[in-house]
Amino acid sequence: MLVRSLITIALAAFAVQAVAQERPTLTVYTYSSFTAEWGPGVAIKESFEAECDCTLEYVAVDDGAALLSRIRLEGANSKADIVLGLDTNLMAAATQTGLFARHSVDSAELAVPGGWDDDFFLPFDYGYFAFVYKKSELADPPSSLVELVEGRADQKILIQDPRTSTPGLGLLLWMRKVFGDEAPAAWAKLRGRVLTVTKSWSEAYGLFLEGEAPLVLSYTTSPAYHRIAEGSDAYAAAAFDEGHYLQIEVAGKLAGSTNQPLADRFLRFMVSERFQQHIPTGNWMYPVIPLPDGLPAGFESLIVPARALRFTPEEVARQRKRWIDEWLAALSR
Amino acid sequence: MVGRAEPLRQRLASGIAVLALLAALVAAAFVALFTAAAQIEPRLLWEDVHLRRVVAFSFWQASLSTLLSVGLALPVARALSRRHEFPGREWLLKLLGLPLVVPTIVAVFGIVAVYGQSGLLNRVAGALGLPVGQYLYGLTGILIAHVFFNLPLAVRLLLPAWQSIPGETWRLAAQLGMESGHIVKHIEWPLLRQVVPQVSGLVFMLCFTSFAVVLTLGGGPAATTIEVAIYQALRYEFDLGQAGLLALLQLLFCALIVALIQLVGRTPHVEPLTGVRQLRPDLGGRGARAADYALVALAALSTLLPIIAVVMAGLTGPVLSVLGEWQTWRSLLLSLGIALCSASLAVAAAAAILVASRELRVNRYRDRSAEAMELGGSLILVVPPLVLGTGLFILLRPVVDVLAWAPVVVIGVNALMGMPYVIRLLGPPMTRITQRHDRLCASLGLGGWARFRIIEWPLLRAPIGLSLALCAALSTGDLGVIALFGSQQTTTLPLLLYQRLAAYRMDEAAVTALVLLLLCLALFVVIERSVAGRARA
Repeated sequence: MLVRSLITIALAAFAVQAVAQERPTLTVYTYSSFTAEWGPGVAIKESFEAECDCTLEYVAVDDGAALLSRIRLEGANSKADIVLGLDTNLMAAATQTGLFARHSVDSAELAVPGGWDDDFFLPFDYGYFAFVYKKSELADPPSSLVELVEGRADQKILIQDPRTSTPGLGLLLWMRKVFGDEAPAAWAKLRGRVLTVTKSWSEAYGLFLEGEAPLVLSYTTSPAYHRIAEGSDAYAAAAFDEGHYLQIEVAGKLAGSTNQPLADRFLRFMVSERFQQHIPTGNWMYPVIPLPDGLPAGFESLIVPARALRFTPEEVARQRKRWIDEWLAALSR
Repeated sequence: MVGRAEPLRQRLASGIAVLALLAALVAAAFVALFTAAAQIEPRLLWEDVHLRRVVAFSFWQASLSTLLSVGLALPVARALSRRHEFPGREWLLKLLGLPLVVPTIVAVFGIVAVYGQSGLLNRVAGALGLPVGQYLYGLTGILIAHVFFNLPLAVRLLLPAWQSIPGETWRLAAQLGMESGHIVKHIEWPLLRQVVPQVSGLVFMLCFTSFAVVLTLGGGPAATTIEVAIYQALRYEFDLGQAGLLALLQLLFCALIVALIQLVGRTPHVEPLTGVRQLRPDLGGRGARAADYALVALAALSTLLPIIAVVMAGLTGPVLSVLGEWQTWRSLLLSLGIALCSASLAVAAAAAILVASRELRVNRYRDRSAEAMELGGSLILVVPPLVLGTGLFILLRPVVDVLAWAPVVVIGVNALMGMPYVIRLLGPPMTRITQRHDRLCASLGLGGWARFRIIEWPLLRAPIGLSLALCAALSTGDLGVIALFGSQQTTTLPLLLYQRLAAYRMDEAAVTALVLLLLCLALFVVIERSVAGRARA
């Protein structure tokens, strides 16, 4: 019958995964640049599978903030065991969903700025947001956020949407830190310089590399990628006088996971050297434990912010909606 | 199928059942959404500055898009109808049918390749020493894309109006010595006045609810439509209450637009006369001829360029490595399966509705009720697919593994999206069959399967084939619900393309776009040829 063959075709595509499931599968929801070929995901999957006698499966979503929505949409029945790729700014909102379980890892020794103390989430890397530019295109980059806001409108910048992207949210909070209640006015001023607001970091960075704009919101560690992976010294991050906003990326275990011991094991693995060694040249961020060989050559030339700026997760959870609405109002004019 | 032996009531039952099911699904989706919502704040709809701008922008861009598309389509369609001798006219008409079948996201890819910062136009401008513009993000980009999709559609919809003018009219016009101005006033305008509101209304609705174009080319909060705001509420903030309210708001606006169109003019029944050469007296001299040719060529070029750009970019990309990836083939198979299922479902559901509506129209003289039924089948034009999908997702959540079920939800939603087209394509021929053959069937005692096989199938093959082909192509290219729920195992080809674009792997994206384009075209041609058979000619 025609109908039957149609159904067969439709099912064939996803029936493949249903076979051969003797080994337990740990499902990790993360953002897409983590699982990309050039990201750390592939190597980390191999390392973990080598020791756990299990299969590690990634489900990739565009960016960190979209990750949280996805988990909330799927609710208690989610197939995810681990969510990897939220950050401290989303942590309180994530905890409030009640979908996450406490971890059992001792985090006192972790080397993140300001130390670590959270029952539900564990950090897996950190970095500082910064505007990255191509040296040959921009002779005198802005040296502060104020200068960026006041600067030439024809020098365009690429930023991300704070509702989908963790760097986008980072910039929103950075502006808040620096401008306080004047932030909406500062955004209104900055608006003229914004070429486009992308949904994810990779989209904005891709446009930047194509030469669509001279400045892009990224990380202080981004130039290390070009230096180490491409052997190019062409890119730099602009050091801002006010300090740079700190991002700590975190992972957590779902309360509804049917693989609790395996999920715990993954979290312990995550803060061990076998995971962390892939962070500097995979995710291009700082690891949360000191690596035995130190950081790879090329990291020493990066700018190190004089001040690390941050809000507490609770403060962000309380104000996020209001600040995003202000941002929307300022940018949709 | 229904026969004489069965009570006529049964002819209505199938259609009413399908409509009731549709209504129940939509209602259930909304209820699920609102019950699961953490908070519902209707006052935001009029208090929130950003939302007010979103509504204003939705209307503004849709109005501009309609004005441009239909405004440009009028002279192009007129030129096409005047110049029967235009070389490759048949092919040209086929070409103008392409944008309907080309997946939005593929077309956007092509449009960026032509009009983008490093696109064809800018390179040509640069080579000629003209200033290089950067204008693709925001309103301009959206307008370019909407004109790409809707100008050809409008031309195809307007053309029959001219073709319905019989030869006698032209001979009469010639005898009376009518000039161009008179022809426009006394012959063309009265016809267009019936058709233009319909066409404009359709184009306006399509642009008003436009999703993928605005999502990819909008470039920030300043250029957001209600449909995109719904996506953002769902995807970014998981604000189910706001998504539901926005959906109701959009539903309200669309219902108003539909009502307005119905008020201005009822569906005109223009039947194009094939093979009639338009011997109009005002074909004029070289100037008019050159202008007509230029217009048609320009329209063809603007349709063709982005598609050529997709093909070129795809062919120069890493073809072998993309075709070597299992991911590509898995997505392709899934898209194919979804397309075939949803197309069959769409045609079956639409046919059930049409069986009932033609019964109402022809045998019971209930024109209004018949039209209402057919409008009901086009429900999806006013209900955002994303809201429907999310509602169903939440309904299914406690019962099944929703990730694995995502394709089933997509099949259902895509089938709904195809139904308005099927109703348009199948409705008129089905009504005609009832008008012409019902009595004959009754007197011969022909009913049920026999009636379908002997009477209906031979006459309906062609429109059924076209409907299936169109629905399959539309479904294959759709990036809507799957953008919300797709996972590694349930990545369709458009979602794969979107992911590669978002990760800025442009080379791979180019090849994927070409594969998707070819799949759509192949599906369309193969299904239409094989189902419609010789009846096509």
